[in-house]
Amino acid sequence: MTRTILSALFSHWWYNPLQVFTLLAGLALGTALWSGVQAINAEARASYDAAAATLGGGRYAQITAAEGAVSLDTYVALRRSGWNVSPVIEGRLGPVRIVGIEPLTAPGGIGPVSAAEGADLGVFLGGGQIFAKAETLTRLPDLGVTGVAAPDVAPNTAITDIGVAQRLLGRAGEIDRLLVGEAQPLRRGPLPDGLVQTAPQDGTDVARLTDSFHLNLTAFGLLSFAVGLFIVHGAIGLAFEQRRAIVRTVRALGAPLGQLIGLMAVELAMLGLVAGALGVALGYAIAAALLPDVAATLRGLYGADVAGQLSLRPAWWLSGMAIALGGTAVAASGALWSIARMPLLASAQPRAWGLARQGSALVWLSAALLGAAGGLALWGTGLVAGFAMLGALLVGGALALPGVLGLGLGWAGARARGPVPQWFWADSRAQVPGLSLALMALLLAMAANVGVSTMVSSFRLTFVAFLDQRLAAELYISASDRAQAARIVAVAEAEGAVVLPLLSVERAVAGLPAEVYGARDHATYRDNWRFLLGEPGAWDALARGEGVLVNEQLFRRAGLTLGDPVAVAAGVSLPVLAVYGDYGNPVGQVVVNDAVFRAAYPAVQALRFGLRVAPDGVPGVQAALRDRAGVADGAMVHQAAIKALSLSVFERTFTVTAALNVLTLAVAGFAILMSLLTLAAMRLPQLAPVWALGLTRRRLAVLDLVRALVLAALTGALALPLGLALAWALLAVVNVEAFGWRLPMYVFPLDYLRLGAFALLAAAGAAAWPAWRLSRIEPVRLLGVFRHER
Amino acid sequence: MLLHVRDVTKTYPGTEAAVLRGVSFDLGAGEMLALTGESGSGKSTLLHLIGGLDSADRGVVSVDGTDLTPLDDVGRAALRRGTVGVIFQQFNLIPSLTVAANIAFQARLAGRHDSARAQSLAARLGLAEHLHKYPEQLSGGQQQRVAIARTLAAQPKLVLADEPTGNLDETTADAVFQLLCDLVVETGAGLVLVTHSERLAARLGRRLHLRAGQVT
Amino acid sequence: MVLVLVVAWLPGLVFAQGFAGLGTTPGDFAVPSRDTVLTFPRDHGAHPDFRIEWWYLTANLTGPDGTPYGLQWTLFRSAMAPRDGQGWEAPQLWMGHAAVTTPEAHYVAERLARGGIGQAGVVADPFAAWIDEWSMQGDDPGALRLTAAGAEFAYDVGLVAQGPLVLHGDKGYSVKSAAGQASHYYSQPFYAVSGVLTLPEGDIPVTGTAWLDREWSSQPLAADQTGWDWFSLSFDTGEKLMGFVLRGAEDYTAATWIAADGAATALPDGAFVARPLAQNEVAGRVVPVTWQVAVPGRAVDVTVTALNPQAWMATSVPYWEGPVTIAGSHGGVGYLEMTGYE
Repeated sequence: MTRTILSALFSHWWYNPLQVFTLLAGLALGTALWSGVQAINAEARASYDAAAATLGGGRYAQITAAEGAVSLDTYVALRRSGWNVSPVIEGRLGPVRIVGIEPLTAPGGIGPVSAAEGADLGVFLGGGQIFAKAETLTRLPDLGVTGVAAPDVAPNTAITDIGVAQRLLGRAGEIDRLLVGEAQPLRRGPLPDGLVQTAPQDGTDVARLTDSFHLNLTAFGLLSFAVGLFIVHGAIGLAFEQRRAIVRTVRALGAPLGQLIGLMAVELAMLGLVAGALGVALGYAIAAALLPDVAATLRGLYGADVAGQLSLRPAWWLSGMAIALGGTAVAASGALWSIARMPLLASAQPRAWGLARQGSALVWLSAALLGAAGGLALWGTGLVAGFAMLGALLVGGALALPGVLGLGLGWAGARARGPVPQWFWADSRAQVPGLSLALMALLLAMAANVGVSTMVSSFRLTFVAFLDQRLAAELYISASDRAQAARIVAVAEAEGAVVLPLLSVERAVAGLPAEVYGARDHATYRDNWRFLLGEPGAWDALARGEGVLVNEQLFRRAGLTLGDPVAVAAGVSLPVLAVYGDYGNPVGQVVVNDAVFRAAYPAVQALRFGLRVAPDGVPGVQAALRDRAGVADGAMVHQAAIKALSLSVFERTFTVTAALNVLTLAVAGFAILMSLLTLAAMRLPQLAPVWALGLTRRRLAVLDLVRALVLAALTGALALPLGLALAWALLAVVNVEAFGWRLPMYVFPLDYLRLGAFALLAAAGAAAWPAWRLSRIEPVRLLGVFRHER
Repeated sequence: MLLHVRDVTKTYPGTEAAVLRGVSFDLGAGEMLALTGESGSGKSTLLHLIGGLDSADRGVVSVDGTDLTPLDDVGRAALRRGTVGVIFQQFNLIPSLTVAANIAFQARLAGRHDSARAQSLAARLGLAEHLHKYPEQLSGGQQQRVAIARTLAAQPKLVLADEPTGNLDETTADAVFQLLCDLVVETGAGLVLVTHSERLAARLGRRLHLRAGQVT
Repeated sequence: MVLVLVVAWLPGLVFAQGFAGLGTTPGDFAVPSRDTVLTFPRDHGAHPDFRIEWWYLTANLTGPDGTPYGLQWTLFRSAMAPRDGQGWEAPQLWMGHAAVTTPEAHYVAERLARGGIGQAGVVADPFAAWIDEWSMQGDDPGALRLTAAGAEFAYDVGLVAQGPLVLHGDKGYSVKSAAGQASHYYSQPFYAVSGVLTLPEGDIPVTGTAWLDREWSSQPLAADQTGWDWFSLSFDTGEKLMGFVLRGAEDYTAATWIAADGAATALPDGAFVARPLAQNEVAGRVVPVTWQVAVPGRAVDVTVTALNPQAWMATSVPYWEGPVTIAGSHGGVGYLEMTGYE
């Protein structure tokens, strides 16, 4: 019996290949969108986790020799005096960066590849293994060393034992730097002369901004998930509606309901698997196409190699399959439930694909969700609340769509003159339930696009301004000690540069960890720094030592208001004059006048300097500092280069965002196409009388096309406020919860117009084929409507 | 007794008047009964109750010694595929299956498919050269013949036909009706046929006329 | 992560791949021989042609207020190949474990080092064993200074031997299984200790006794043996008992009865009985921390109780090691080591 029932169920798909195509394609596209974004996200994260892990750089304090390399004897002497340090040597072998480590002393997290297949420490230590990504291994010359593929290693990097690395690099006995472990024993000898210890970096301000880039991608992933879910839901609902007649017949002929439902569930699971696999493959293709841009973005931000190639991570393809199957299950449970409750003798006509019957419930649900979103925005705390608010906002907005469309079309219908316009508006209104899910997908896609592009653009404007503010000086120089600092000042001033010493101490301010900076009164600051909030004449007051500037993080966390006194040193308390944006900084910051700082902290001497130099004089000053003050190239940062890099990073971000925008719209367009195709057959009884009364098929087709555009335009009109609300939520709620600072929001009307045009294009594209079919329909099929009706 | 109906009452939710009010009759094996009456007299409802497609509010319907009242969906489904065969006015063929697969469908569900029998039935019904076509390629009369073949291929003990010729023109209707009667007689099954045609009802052995849900 | 690395990667290192890893075949390494005569000071030093070796010191100490403490200082050597060498290529690996146990706390530190670069090693004369800044050294093993430090604790104590070296088994040839696996094994169980423990609560002057175990082998366990329970007990009578149970398909026991003057008697398989009396959950495992120990031939029947049941060595290869107190037919103190509890 099972086979007989299955033959009936499956034959439906063979007989209606278009339907199975739409079902599979809908599911696959939804999955692809989700898994594509996830793939990019997962790959990017893994890449720079690996980069950070492999480099170890930044996370640990480091000891280097004041001159040249650290010797083996020095290393052993340090260990034997109690220093928990581990040697690292680095160099290039052709295109590949070779990192030599000592695995027995390496601090946690920088070792290679904990679980690499085929790893054998005995062989590793014995000079026999080198770890790298598979593609990196292929770029290595034959070294007489076994290559072990290790996906966790940073791209274009190979890790091997320090002994092997020294041999490969031809630098026997040399050590570039010593990583200082976080845990040190109680007793430790002093650091010998000739060695320099540098503190761990907590990540540069610029690098921290990439967290926001990720939040951006994560948000996009969430939105694409919502769009995908609507499409999956629609595709499944469609598949069931079309088969109600078969289900009724098969039941009437004696197939038990329970078995029938079970078999349909199995059938759907199989389709879900197939579609999920297709979707994951498609998502992979999308990600692979976009990843080079993302990789370039991150390479720009980190200065470290990030994989430009995807690896198939189980986490994301499993999540893709889970979305396909889970989405199928969620959508199917409703459809199966409706089949289970369908009376055996009910009309088996497919009903419009949609939610018409739950009209009022939908309005209430939508209102409740939007209310919840508002409540969360006002009173919610924490990142989870932020994302919950985002979700409630999106779903609530989507569910409000049918009601809003109904109102809009009703309003237009009431003002229509003439029978055809009246029929057009009334008929459009009748179509809304059938198209509602597809239109919701379009709404979400557009809102997502508005939201994310607003976020990215706002982010860029803010970021550029921030760069101007923070990197106002042409050159930034770090000195290794006081003597060098003095030489730097002397050389720089001799070269005609204005030296801005960067003085800072760490200190708890208002009970929070913070940095206190001393700033010299100079046009550099006045010209470039922008206040989020400030009293007039703040700069003058600062110059007189009558107040302080605080960053937004400290201002928010400590709950300050302008004029509140802030203790910046023992016995020194000054009022807050202004608040500045400090994007990416995890801790609070207070800026005081140079003189105030020196008086409060006489022992602190500047080791970092900003140099104002005429732009074309930069290379000359750099050369002078290198030759006469012994400043290494790595200790000089050229501001123009960083800015150019950062801006190019954003251009790439835009490429990725734009590509995803087009994709989501295309998927939403596909959903509309599917709905229209379904409706086409059901609508014949409504169209036939109008045709019989004298409207040509061509005219009917044109009206259908116009209807699709009207619906898309109305949806777009609703998507704009929803998208702006979304952007606001991302910038002002989620970002604040995640990072402690708020990104100012800018609006970009031209972008939205272009987006609206794209959406109309997608709708027109989707409606074109059904309309064309309608214009060519055999009159006998329209006549058939009258013949069958009795 | 093949079919036993006693005091059957049925009211649809939301309507005040009962569709069936205390209907009783019996039918033996090989007997053929015409069920006639005005539209809304309850004849289709009665047929659905007998076919296990719906359940009575009160009274007893028993087919081939099985009381339908306590049966759940699984039991009713077993009755529909094993004991009773229903021929619908709308044919209710499965559009995505060929004529041959449609004819075999119910017999397969019942687990008694016999391809020789199915082929001879198809031949008797003039469907031999249409076996590989799909239902929508056939005329209405041909489709109804496929439905008849599907029912009879499953060898039911009781055939229920709901206006089987109602969608056909008179000439075709007569031919299909005659074939149905001949085949039912040959298999020795019982037949309950709902019709509003006096002419067709007159051609069956027994007749039950319903008016406002009661036998008159 | 590095710890994970070491466990997963060090087939040669002591205890690696679980304690059963010690049952791997010796390959090219030297094998202990009953005919070997231990020679000092040479044999205080390293034996690089054997796969594994250790210098294992445990001490039972008492603070000025009578609080009991335990102290451990261990240097393990593990060879990847039976040779010594210079530079990063040397196939010798070193692992140091240091611990201080109080009734309430257990402090542990671990060090790993490559041989061949001077970061760790042992020389016999004048005696010095070291890894990083930890060291055990003196003109000869009769008088040593012992230091070690972790992030939370440190110690610096002096050791003076009050009796002779003790050779276990057959003149230092100690059989570990019925199949004949064996090691070279001697002890100095007669150290008097005085020095200072540095704990989070401050410096604590301590005195007490210590026991040094020296052992080297290439395949000390049979393939089916999964771990051991090892006891070093110092009775109030001045007598001492070293005994162990090797857990396998058949348990194998060996013991040495040490008279107060240092005269040693090897006890055969079965003469030493150890039976768990109470289990404790330690670091997610169930470990027996109270034992009944008996040597019927010597009228010994005592209960051995851990000073701190949580004396878990959360090191690359974890095990239990801590001071114990003895009650019953004899009183006293000692150390208990339990390995292979997964």
